[in-house]
This record gives sequence, structure tokens and C-alpha cells, in this order.
Amino acid sequence: MISFSAFLKRFLSDPVAIGAGIVLLVLVLMAVLAPLIAPQNPYDPLQLDIMDSEMPPAWKPGGDERFLLGTDAQGRGVLSTIMYGTGISLLIGVGAVIVQAVLGITLGLIAGYKGGWIDSFLMRLADIQLSLSTLMMAIIALALFSAAFDANTYADYAIIMLILVIGIAEWPKFARTVRSSVLGEKKKEYVDAARVIGLPARRIMWGHILPNTLTPVLVISTIQVAEAIMIEASLSFLGLGMPTDRPSLGSLIRSGFEFIFSGSWWITLFPALVLIALVLSLNLLGDWLRDVLNPKLRRGED
Amino acid sequence: MAMLEVQDLHVAFPRGKRDEVEALRGVNLHLEKGERLGVVGESGAGKSMLAFAILNLIADPGRVSGGRVMFHGENLLDLSERGIRGIRGNRISMIFQDPMVTLNPVLTIGTQMIETLKAHRKISDAEARKLCIERLKQVAIPSAESRMDAYPHELSGGLRQRVVIAIALLTDPELIIADEPTTALDVTIQAEIMALILKLCRENDVALILITHDLGVVAEVTERIMIMYAGLCVEEGRTQDIINAPRHPYTAGLLKALPQKAGRGQRLYQIPGSMPPITALPPGCAYNPRCEFAADRCRATIPPLAGGVACFHPLQEEEAAS
Repeated sequence: MISFSAFLKRFLSDPVAIGAGIVLLVLVLMAVLAPLIAPQNPYDPLQLDIMDSEMPPAWKPGGDERFLLGTDAQGRGVLSTIMYGTGISLLIGVGAVIVQAVLGITLGLIAGYKGGWIDSFLMRLADIQLSLSTLMMAIIALALFSAAFDANTYADYAIIMLILVIGIAEWPKFARTVRSSVLGEKKKEYVDAARVIGLPARRIMWGHILPNTLTPVLVISTIQVAEAIMIEASLSFLGLGMPTDRPSLGSLIRSGFEFIFSGSWWITLFPALVLIALVLSLNLLGDWLRDVLNPKLRRGED
Repeated sequence: MAMLEVQDLHVAFPRGKRDEVEALRGVNLHLEKGERLGVVGESGAGKSMLAFAILNLIADPGRVSGGRVMFHGENLLDLSERGIRGIRGNRISMIFQDPMVTLNPVLTIGTQMIETLKAHRKISDAEARKLCIERLKQVAIPSAESRMDAYPHELSGGLRQRVVIAIALLTDPELIIADEPTTALDVTIQAEIMALILKLCRENDVALILITHDLGVVAEVTERIMIMYAGLCVEEGRTQDIINAPRHPYTAGLLKALPQKAGRGQRLYQIPGSMPPITALPPGCAYNPRCEFAADRCRATIPPLAGGVACFHPLQEEEAAS
């Protein structure tokens, strides 16, 4: 384990980590504070004016200073939609990882600790799940869902559906990581000691082994948030994710893509840049975290 | 009726699909209330296996393949999972060899102690904490209150073993099984810890099974000794009798090998050969390839434990002295 002060020291001595951390912080703040700081509420039709549509960024000829990054076909400011869209992307990313983690940790812990046929069964299930591409599973599930319900119901439940679909499709990553850690931990003597004390298996699994396996879980959680955001963006780009009136970054890119050949490049470009910045900063932080928490790569001064 | 009576205990591990090898091949043991027994043998003789088998904690794929463990007339091997959990850590505690690895590295000392207590007693957190601090003081841990919130890596090896002992004593057990409790400690700490265990056992009238390969420690602490070799008890009796007049050639060899027995500048004695692995036991007495008295009979039949020794040619007193 690593103390918090050593952790902070490592963070402050790594320019890449600081950079990624600042970018992520800015994006998260921007998303959280969107209702307060966004110049416009893109969900409120009363604030939209079709006369404002497809305006270029403010510094281009024909731009309007009310819309710094221009507007889309419905007259929504690109900056405002990005602010709200980042929030939706993050919400889905974090939500999906929570679902993955709850499922994956529970099943991985049981598989690793119980062993035997339970282990074989759960891990074959994970293999099957992994051999089906997440995107394909999500497309099938969401296509069925959008066909089964009318557009309004779909719009209301799209966030929950995306979280569940991405969460369920990606649980094996957590399960495998936790299981392999548990296999290493359960041979250690503190587990024998806990059994000798007379603790029930449930307490040993959750109270004693799980806290010792959380380091790799923390690392994959970060990477998986980036992954979930990417999957959501892909689905939205294919028209199976967030509806256009509550757009995530992916649906923004999609809605702008139709106009890219008519010269309105800003509608697609800016959300795409934000998506790249978001995913890249999460991945860089995840890599950095993995290096810091890996005792084999740790330097002497910690 | 003895407090603990182990009868003809067998532990087996699978070898291949159908075959099994036995790690314990029929061990008998009895222990009265407050009595201290030393179990001595080389690594792999089955000492720790015996300790785990008593608590019915043989890990897969091993299993107890025969025998009984009677504790106050109740067979521990027949108890339900819930029933045996009420015995483990409550009426029978265990102390392990290496305190560096027996405490959970991510939980505080206090968390681990209170958890043990709450697993067996209906007790409030505040009361549990008070009792834990009291026990830490009993094992002579300085500033016990602040140690409750310490993590294991913040304590030295000796202190950690004291914590482990405090945990073992928490529930006022009737029996403590100590599996080489001082092997992993500094020599200077070893004597302190052993003296502490002895003192606490005496004060609280707790029985002790001390598993070790150190005959010196056994002589100081225990009242009776059981010598194990290749999954069997080869000699058993009062500590003083065995130390002064061993009857099994193996026991005699062990005693002769004590460094104190050799004079200055002299080579230390060594029993020739090594203990056979349980997968390749010789027929007859398992000790026969290393024994200078081995006869044809020793190579054919396993000598039964009779009169405290399992040997066809037990040493007489004058032989042992030589």
C-alpha cells in the first residue's frame, strides 16, 4: 500500500499526470456546473431559435458572440451542448463502471474463493461474455429496446439502459482481475488465521480478502470509465444511444456529422475534441495509477 | 474423560485420479485441562497438518480420511460448519508461525481483534474495545490504546506476535494450539514470547499444544512430548523422561543433534539421510533407512505404538546415554 502523502508527491512530480488531472478536473467541473455556467440551456426549447442555426464559431465571419463555438442545426450553442453532453457521457461512463464493478467483484470474489465447479462455471460464463463483442451485444440490446418502446419512453430510459447494457457486457474484466487477486490472496496465512478464528466464509471474503484486492480494481475502474464513455459514444454515433434532444458527446458528433460536408465542421469537431481529451486524460491517469500502485515499479523514496 | 482426545486420525491427499497419499497415518493424542503438550518433528512430519485437522480445517484437496477428534466428548469432525465455527477461535485458538503474514495487512489491529470477539460474543463495540485493550496490556504491549488503531506494518515482529497471542486469548479459550510461534522471530524475542505464552497458559489454566522442532523450547515449556515422524507418532511420554532417556532411535538422534551436546570445535551430530516424502514411504517403519538398529522386521512391518514408543528395538537407558 502507499500512503496518501507519498501518493500526492508522486502525482506532483509527474507532468503527464498533472496535465491529465487538470484536463479531467476542468471537464468534470464544466459538466457538473453546466446548469450554472452554460450560456444557454439546450434542453429548453424556449431558449432555442431556429434563426440561430448553423452559425460558425464567434471568431469566424458570420459568427455571433453569444455562441463562442457556433451553433448546430437546431440553433443550440455548441459550447452549451458540449457542457451538458460531457455530463451525460461521464454519468453513463461512471454508472456503467459501478454496475460492472458490483457484478464483477461479486462474481470474481465468489469464483476465486469457492473454486471448484462454481469457479469453472463463472469463468466459462465470462469467456462467453468476452467472446461476444460488447458493441455487438449493446447494439442488439438497444435495437430491441428502441423497437419495443416508443420514442418518448426510449428517451426517458436511454441513460439507464446504456448504463445497464455497458455495465453487464463488461463485467468479466472486473471478475477476472478480482478472481486472480483472490487466488493469490487466499493462500496467505491471514486467511487461514481468519478461518481459525471462526469467521464465516462471507466475512472472510468481503472483510478480509476484498480489501487486499482493491489496488488492481482501482486501476481498471479508471480505464473502464474511459472505455465505457467510448462505447457509449460509438452507440450514440450509430443512433442507438442518447436521443438528439438530450445529447451525449457521441450523439453530438453524430448530429454534426451530417453537416460536415456542407461546411459546418464545428458542430462535429468540438465535441470530438472534448471526447478525445476526456478519454485520453482518463487513460493516462489510469496508466499512471497502475504504475504508482505497482510495488515492482516503485522507487526507493516511497 | 480427557478434554481433547484424538483417535486414529488420518489425513489424505489425492494423488492422480484415484490414488491417495496419507499425510497423517493414524495419530492418537490426549490432553487434559490445562496440560501442555509438545509436538516435535522435522518439517513435513505432519505437525501442522495435525493442528489443522483438529480444527477440521484441512484445505482442499486434502481431507480427514479417518479417526475422531473428541473435544469434551464431542467429535469436532462431525459438527456442522456453524457448530465448528463456534469452537474455532472461541474454545480452541491457534497461534501461527509468522506474525508478518497472519495479520491482515489492510485492517487495523483493533478491527481484527474486535471482529474476533464479535464473532463469538454478543458485545457492544465499546465493551469489545475495552476488553481488547485489556488483553493487549496483558501481553505487555506498550501504549495499548494507540496500538488499537495501528496497522500491522507499523509494529515490529515481536509486537505483532504479541498481538496474535492477545487475539488467541480474547475469548478465554480452553486450548491454544501454537504452531511454531517463535520460529520467525529474532532469537532475543523468542525467549520472551515463549515465556509469555507459558505464563498466560498457567495463569488462565489454558491447555497448550506447542508444535515445534526445537526440543530445547519443549523441555522448558511442556509437561508431555509427542515425537512425530512421517505422519505417525513414534514416541510419547513425560517431557523429563524423554529428554533424559529417549527410547526411539529417532528421538535419541534428535537429542544428540542439539548443538549444546557437541563440544567446542566438534562437528555437530546429524542424523544420516532425510525424512522420506509421504509419497515415497519405505515399507515397515518409516525411519528404518536412517536407523542404525534397523532389522528385517523393521523393514517389513510398521511397529505399533506400545508403552509410549513405536519401535521394535527401543533403546535401553544406558544405550541412550552413550
